[in-house]
Amino acid sequence: MLAANYTSLTIDQIRVGDELPPLLHEVTTTSIVLGALASRDWRPMHHDRDFAQQRNGTRDIFMNTPNQAAWLERFITDWAGPKARIGRYKFRMGDSICPGDTMVLSGRVDGTETDAQGCCWVNLSILLSVDAEVKTRFTARVALPAHVDDNPWARQGDGWQP
Amino acid sequence: MSLEEDFTIGLHEAQSWLDKNRHEVVGEFDVERGYLWTACAAVQNGNPLYWDEQVAAQLTGGPTAPLTLLSAWFRPHYWMPGRDTIPLPWQTHFDLKEILSLPEAVATDSEVVFGAPVRPGDRIRCTETLRSLSEVKTTKLGKGRFWVIDAVCRNQHDVWVGTETMTGFGYRSYRTA
Repeated sequence: MLAANYTSLTIDQIRVGDELPPLLHEVTTTSIVLGALASRDWRPMHHDRDFAQQRNGTRDIFMNTPNQAAWLERFITDWAGPKARIGRYKFRMGDSICPGDTMVLSGRVDGTETDAQGCCWVNLSILLSVDAEVKTRFTARVALPAHVDDNPWARQGDGWQP
Repeated sequence: MSLEEDFTIGLHEAQSWLDKNRHEVVGEFDVERGYLWTACAAVQNGNPLYWDEQVAAQLTGGPTAPLTLLSAWFRPHYWMPGRDTIPLPWQTHFDLKEILSLPEAVATDSEVVFGAPVRPGDRIRCTETLRSLSEVKTTKLGKGRFWVIDAVCRNQHDVWVGTETMTGFGYRSYRTA
């Protein structure tokens, strides 16, 4: 098989304190509705402004949880490449993301480790902010290749301990 | 105490749900590739793992779904013939709203752990379990309770593909309380 054309970070290229390249997105009604429907979330607060304002008390429709997660996934793999395999992520939403917001994802490497199965991990802290106000705080544990011939996606069963 | 101030409504029954499997949700369709691209397009995710056949073949042995799309595979259709009501994802979340008489609810925290990749053709099923229910709390949205629900997801081969843990806050908002 020919070598596929991509680049992906290996764990030796990562240092604690490294900053991930920020990702900026102008949030629109379309992007919120598209994200909600792509994740099969039909609830009206993600597409009906009147409902969101009157029932949820928010300023507009707001980004649903799986869509925020999808932005997180993109942010991580934009940086680390296709070999990066997310093992787990956690996040807390403090406030809503609404149309008209300019959201910025920023992140930092908190640590690296190699588990008993030899899988290399990077631990990330990631913030989603609007106008410098943090709206959502994420942490993520992401498997990265130990070297160019390693592939975290090949791990399964007991070899995958996220 | 007025009804609006009584936060013990349904509490005993809700507590009886703790740590018991409450709902099993089986995906209503096989994982399909068009959805993968729609999901990537929604966040402009250009990861070649999802767009380049050669990369997918080399790294994951063929196409896989974006990991964070996991919950989509067990969310019910908005409508289908013969169905009178719209089933709700995270049914336990909505059951808690109803039994505790908390008209509004939002998801506040989410944690997901990923197992085997989900692939086109898979059929995902999930089992929900209520893990915790808080004391009455007051937030800027209103007054109510937090709860934590696990959804353990497996594919048609009974292989674990992920566990999603959702923290919800059910509340009476100040404008309606």
